[in-house]
Amino acid sequence: MSTEPYDHALHAHGDTMGHGSRRGHRIGSLLAIILTVVPFWLVMSQQGPAPGWTAAVIFALALVQIVVHVVCFLHLDTRSEGGWTLLAFLFTAVIVVLTIGGSVWVMFHLNTNMMPMPGGMTGPVR
Amino acid sequence: MSDSILKTIFGRLTFESFPIHEPILFGTFIVVSLLGLGIVGVVTRYRLWGYLWSEWFTSVDHKKVGIMYIILGIVMLLRGFADALMMRAQQAIAFGANEGYLPPHHYDQIFTAHGTIMIFFVAIPLVVGIINYVMPLQIGARDVAFPFLNNLSFWLTVAGAVLVMISLFVGEFARTGWLSYAPLAGLQYSPDTGVDYYLWALQIAGVGTTLSAINMVATVVKMRAPGMTMMKMPVFVWTALCSNVLAIAIFPALTAAFFLLMLDRYIGTAFFTNDLGGAPMMYWNMVWIWGHPEVYVLILPAFGMYSEITSTFSGKPLFGYSSMVYATVVITILSYLVWLHHFFTMGAGPSVNSFFGIATMVISIPTGAKVFNWLFTMYKGDVRFELPMMWVVAFMLTFVVGGMTGVLLAIPPADFVFHNSLFLVAHFHNTIIGGVVFGLFAAMVYWFPKAFGFKLDEFWGKVAFWGWVIGYWVAWTPIYIVGLMGEPRRVNHFDDPSIQPYFVIAAIGALIILVGILGFVMSILVGFLKREQLRDTTGDPWNGRTLEWSTSSPPPAYNFAITPVVHALDAWHDMKARGYERPRDGFRPVHMPRNTGTGVILSGLALALGFGMVWYMWWLAALSFAGLLAVAIGHTFNLNRDYFIPADEVSRTESQRQQLLLGAGA
Repeated sequence: MSTEPYDHALHAHGDTMGHGSRRGHRIGSLLAIILTVVPFWLVMSQQGPAPGWTAAVIFALALVQIVVHVVCFLHLDTRSEGGWTLLAFLFTAVIVVLTIGGSVWVMFHLNTNMMPMPGGMTGPVR
Repeated sequence: MSDSILKTIFGRLTFESFPIHEPILFGTFIVVSLLGLGIVGVVTRYRLWGYLWSEWFTSVDHKKVGIMYIILGIVMLLRGFADALMMRAQQAIAFGANEGYLPPHHYDQIFTAHGTIMIFFVAIPLVVGIINYVMPLQIGARDVAFPFLNNLSFWLTVAGAVLVMISLFVGEFARTGWLSYAPLAGLQYSPDTGVDYYLWALQIAGVGTTLSAINMVATVVKMRAPGMTMMKMPVFVWTALCSNVLAIAIFPALTAAFFLLMLDRYIGTAFFTNDLGGAPMMYWNMVWIWGHPEVYVLILPAFGMYSEITSTFSGKPLFGYSSMVYATVVITILSYLVWLHHFFTMGAGPSVNSFFGIATMVISIPTGAKVFNWLFTMYKGDVRFELPMMWVVAFMLTFVVGGMTGVLLAIPPADFVFHNSLFLVAHFHNTIIGGVVFGLFAAMVYWFPKAFGFKLDEFWGKVAFWGWVIGYWVAWTPIYIVGLMGEPRRVNHFDDPSIQPYFVIAAIGALIILVGILGFVMSILVGFLKREQLRDTTGDPWNGRTLEWSTSSPPPAYNFAITPVVHALDAWHDMKARGYERPRDGFRPVHMPRNTGTGVILSGLALALGFGMVWYMWWLAALSFAGLLAVAIGHTFNLNRDYFIPADEVSRTESQRQQLLLGAGA
């Protein structure tokens, strides 16, 4: 949150979204290609000790991929819009993690604890 | 004509869909039609259609949109309250051999409509309306960030409300409770039009609410007056910001849940069915991910209203401003962590239940901090017990009880006893009436002179106040008691005659609330008749502290001739203290957004789409959907969106104001 009382640039132009640099886009493309090729190579050459291990690595690389896209292509940094963009992004991330993680946790519990129904799983109780 | 042609044209709409054989509905229909014809007649007689269309319906002025939202909320309050009276009357008489006058089929529609209307078409429009009116004035802006979007949001909400009202006379409304729980709301158990009316009404209105929330957040972030840093924003603006951030984040969950339920009902998927691997519990989960934060969407702005009013009528800056801001932000985050407390009994294990139980109790800490802040603001203040302040005190006394029963319900083992009981129903009416509704009345009384240039009539305002406060306690204390004894909610008949007196008392309480509602309507009418005596010429009738009181009452279309510069929290109080002089000249043309009828047209098409889908009139749905797309895209080519108010017109308006102020001073 800006402590500056009045952001003249903001009001003069109306559009202060970063447009990035050529260099940023190059680095981004390169990283994105590497982060895509590595998972394919892992699966196709079956390098990992176990499928679970491979899946975990792919998942981790996907998370890095998200960060690369957001930083290099969507130009998320601490400065754009006086920090509002970053704040909004972090808030959204927290909410998404809470709702999806929470739902998985809750539904897992319900699934485990609910008694099977008299009619089985095939039909409603009449 | 053959059956198949009729079916193609009218879908499943037949003569049997009109409830002419039900005397209650038929009577209501006649009364409503006469009222409607009367209003249309008066408007036509005085040739007001053109005026209404060009000055109000198509207006993108945040003040007019705000007022229209509030009118919608009050009209729907009358409908929702009529439902409440019917339920109270039924429960007061339906004991033993007496079945009452409402069979379950009808009674279930009434409690569903009551809850749906009161939350979606009363509380939300009133809260959004007051934010719409007050917030841009408080931050020194000339309108909201997206003025056309604001008008569209309003009309989409109206379209949803109209769809619910249509269900009263064409077909039926849902009988599935205000959140239409699956699997009951699935096609198998609810094959008629009720749930479809519910879903389409809320989806259409939900788009409006989401768009409005985006609009308000953008306005607070981008359009504050120079000098107004985040920590110099009035508390109401903070709460409006947090409430709308919440709304943006949660409404997608509701929209998605409803969308999946629609797929279940229209194309036979099995997301929330009992069989075929459906998971009705997932519906509850998604709906409450929306539902619990939603109550904070409503109560946070109310907290902001109380803060502004307490500070003004105590003649002091708000005690603990920064703690108030942090409490608001903490509530915003915490409200996402509590949704499971709405279904403790569904079968989650002790770890899940205790996590959500504790998270729920934790919310009472920032909320409690707020109550102490208001008390300390009043402490050693020069408290003026005018109407808005009376509502605040009534709120503190009432709401705290609701908060405490909430903490009771947050304890999972206790909830296993209380769940689905009238105790729960009494609890949430305690917080919503004592918290949100009292706040809305306080705010309407407080900001009414700003919006219309005269105060409400004090005597009838007091009738409204005492009617609501006494009525609330008389109506809900007995319900708390029978709930504690284990009476379940949503039943239309009781066997045990010994509890009948409680329900009779509750019905009397509802009648006292009716006096409160009529008192409020009277305070507007009498206030209007006595407007010359109650006129506010200063623009600052309550000795206010924030920027909205620095303009005239009502404010000019452009709000501020010259954008104010903010140096302190309580900016207007600071300006008055430093001997602020109004600018007399040097006015420049004011850039303003132009009115447009597109919002009305789009919402009309959305209404037709909803109606077509409810009745399976596919041609109507397809046509109106195509129309929606065409009009929405067409509007993007409308470049005639703004105009300038010339400098000499601004100058004329401002010098008139100067004359008024001089007159008031003399």
